[in-house]
Amino acid sequence: MPVIEITQLVDARGLSCPMPIVKTAQAVKTIPSGAAIELLATDAGSIKDVAAWCKATGNELIEQTSDGTVYRFVIRWI
Amino acid sequence: MATTETLAPVDPLAEAIGAADGRPEATAPTETPATTAALAHEEEAEVKPKDFLIIDYSGDLEKTWAAMILASTSAAMGVKTRVFVTFWGLQTFVRDDKRITGENWMQKMMSAMQRPGVSHRKLSKMNFLGMGPWMMGRLAKQYGVASPKELLEIAQEMGVEFIPCQMTMDMFGLKREDMIDGMGEPVGAATVIGLMTDNSVPLFI
Repeated sequence: MPVIEITQLVDARGLSCPMPIVKTAQAVKTIPSGAAIELLATDAGSIKDVAAWCKATGNELIEQTSDGTVYRFVIRWI
Repeated sequence: MATTETLAPVDPLAEAIGAADGRPEATAPTETPATTAALAHEEEAEVKPKDFLIIDYSGDLEKTWAAMILASTSAAMGVKTRVFVTFWGLQTFVRDDKRITGENWMQKMMSAMQRPGVSHRKLSKMNFLGMGPWMMGRLAKQYGVASPKELLEIAQEMGVEFIPCQMTMDMFGLKREDMIDGMGEPVGAATVIGLMTDNSVPLFI
C-alpha cells in the first residue's frame, strides 16, 4: 500500500458546524490530488458530517480516531 | 471439437424460446453492448448532481443564520449553490454601514425602522430591543459558531451566487451601490422558477 502523505493540518478545534467542513473544503483545494489532510475537531456533529462530506465529494476518509473530546480525521483528496 | 458439437443443439432451442418470447435470440447478443452503453450514458445524465437554491426571504437573524450555514456548507460539499434574495432578505445584503436607504419618504422610513445590513438582523422571537441578538452573539462566540457575516463572506469566497430580486430592489428603492460587493445581476421570479424546475433543490427560508 502506498504511503499517503499528510500535507496539511486543519485545526477546527473549538469551532461549531459548519466550520470544520468549510475549513476542510478550503484546505483540500490547496493540496495535490492523492495527498491527505488531517482534521482536528471538537464538534461532535463532525463525526457524521465529515463522513457525509467525503461521500458527497468523493474523497476518502482513511482514518478516524478520537480521544473523547478531540476527533481526528485523515482525508485523502482524490 | 466435442464442445462445439454439444453446444450446437442448444442454439435452435434458444432460438425457439426467443421467438416464442418475441425476442429473436440471434440478434440479441450483437445489440447488448450498444444498449448497455446507451443505458449507462442515460444513467450518467440522470445522476447529474443537483444544484441548491435558497430563497432567502425573511431577513430575521436566526433564519438568515440558517440560510448562511446551509449555503456555505453546500458550497463546501461541491454543490453549485445560489441564494435568491428577496423581500426582507434583501435588507441582509445591504452594506452594514448604510443607515438610510430608499428614494422616497416611505422607503427611507422603512429602512429607518429596520436597520439594514447583515450585522443588524433582529430575532423573530425574543428580540427584546436587541438584547436577544446580543445574547445570541455572545453564545455563538462562546461555542465557536461563525456569525452570519462571517458565513456570508465564506459563502461568497466559495463561489455561492447571491442573486437579488429586481422587484424588491425597486420597491425598497435600493440601488446596486447600496448592496454588498459581489452580488449577482438582479433577476425576477421567472429566473428562479426556471432554476428550480431545471436542476435545483429549492429551499424557502
